[in-house]
Amino acid sequence: MSTQIPKQTEKADETAAETESEAPSKGDERRAEKRRRADEQRRQREAEEAERAAADENTVELRVFRYDPDVEGKQEPRFDTFHVPFTKGMTVLDALMYSRDTYDSSLTFRHSCRQAVCGSDAMFVNGGQKLACKTQIDELEEPIRVEPLPHAEVTKDLVVDLEHFYDQMEAVEPYFQTNEYPDGELEEQRQTRENREKIKMSTRCIWCSACMSSCNIAAGDNEYLGPAAINKAYRFAMDEREGEDVKQKRLEIIEQEHGVWRCQTQFSCTEVCPKDIPLTEHIQELKREAVKNNLKFW
Amino acid sequence: MSQSYNRGLIEDFSRWREFEAGMWAWIFHKFTGWVLIGYLFTHIAVLSTAIPASGAETAVLQAGNDVYTQTIVSLEGLLLVRVLEVGLLAVAVFHMLNGARLLLVDLGVGLESQDKSFYASLVLTGAITVASVPTFIAGAF
Ligand code: HEM
Ligand code: SF4
Ligand code: FES
Repeated sequence: MSTQIPKQTEKADETAAETESEAPSKGDERRAEKRRRADEQRRQREAEEAERAAADENTVELRVFRYDPDVEGKQEPRFDTFHVPFTKGMTVLDALMYSRDTYDSSLTFRHSCRQAVCGSDAMFVNGGQKLACKTQIDELEEPIRVEPLPHAEVTKDLVVDLEHFYDQMEAVEPYFQTNEYPDGELEEQRQTRENREKIKMSTRCIWCSACMSSCNIAAGDNEYLGPAAINKAYRFAMDEREGEDVKQKRLEIIEQEHGVWRCQTQFSCTEVCPKDIPLTEHIQELKREAVKNNLKFW
Repeated sequence: MSQSYNRGLIEDFSRWREFEAGMWAWIFHKFTGWVLIGYLFTHIAVLSTAIPASGAETAVLQAGNDVYTQTIVSLEGLLLVRVLEVGLLAVAVFHMLNGARLLLVDLGVGLESQDKSFYASLVLTGAITVASVPTFIAGAF
């Protein structure tokens, strides 16, 4: 729907250009005039659109967090209200895109795949961490409050700085390592079906940071690895192909002071994860793994 | 880095308003744990009045005139103390039941029903507390 809007503008521009080309005046002036008129038309169309949407029964009301540290007058955080015509199957991301394309092109948020794959649009919707493209409008209460993820620096509007989250992900060395190679040089490193099944859910993480943002402990301790990073560590520590040496190294990383033992089993991360990864379960299993590794009765 | 985030002005926004079961369980468990610790120390203080009483004459003890008996009797005579005792039972029962739930969570047992076991703890605590009221309040009025 949102993609149709710019096309309409183009059409309006064309008609404006046609009428103007008959008027005998210099090129620059004409272009300035054309731009002015296009501007005027756009503003009028926006006003009409907003009026119609506000009057229409079947619209949803969005309250969107706005903040821009670079523009004077926008440094004070505020909420803007947008009325968006509802269509069946509309997601929060669709509504935001409509708002941006129709009302305010400066409205800033991340998105890419629009199908819960890229992990770029985790936001705080009606008081919970949600993936905007995976959250249906008709399942939410109105007005829908859209805010940036808690516990991260806000760069602009709904965009937060995820550098810290990525640092934590990298801290667990999220890549396959092993000292145990198969005999033949060209032989594949095969994984058993059971082992693949064991790590299946943990491989689904899309690095959206919703879990990190929902975690009370991560909020109070910036050094805590966080649910996503620990889940990533689980994905490799439980992979039998990595071998015993590497597993020892991985356990050392996860059982450090700001590792698994910080988890207080609040289940917030498991609750918000858009990929339904049983994060708490994985963290608990690593805790037991760490204990078993250190307890020696002989 | 080691301090928690302070986003300044923005910190007032984007706060959790909706807690899920697991979070409530955590908050209640913390709260009840510390209430129990608090009670433990007051309890020790009250029981210590038995130390001077142990030196009292047998006749005084039999008449119930020693410090310890007097302290207990006067405390139990207060309606507030009776009500607090009901509260203490509620707190202790919840801490025990949820403690058992947390032990299961630590063992990785039934993690999918962690919310249900929390609600079950709450309901059971409520039932036991209500059932205890006659015993605790009897004779207080
Ligand atoms: C059957 C009896 C009890 C059980 C099963 C139990 C269980 C537990 C468990 C599992 C925890 C750890 C919570 C976590 O993992 O975060 C805990 C914490 C705690 N318990 Fe208990 N407990 C019991 C009795 C008591 C008593 C009698 C007291 C006080 C005298 C007490 C005081 C505490 C305190 C202060 C904490 C720490 C709370 C915090 O996280 O700050 N508990 N209990
Ligand atoms: S574990 Fe889930 S919530 Fe956390 S970053 Fe990965 S996909 Fe997002
Ligand atoms: S836009 Fe890619 S996950 Fe939502």
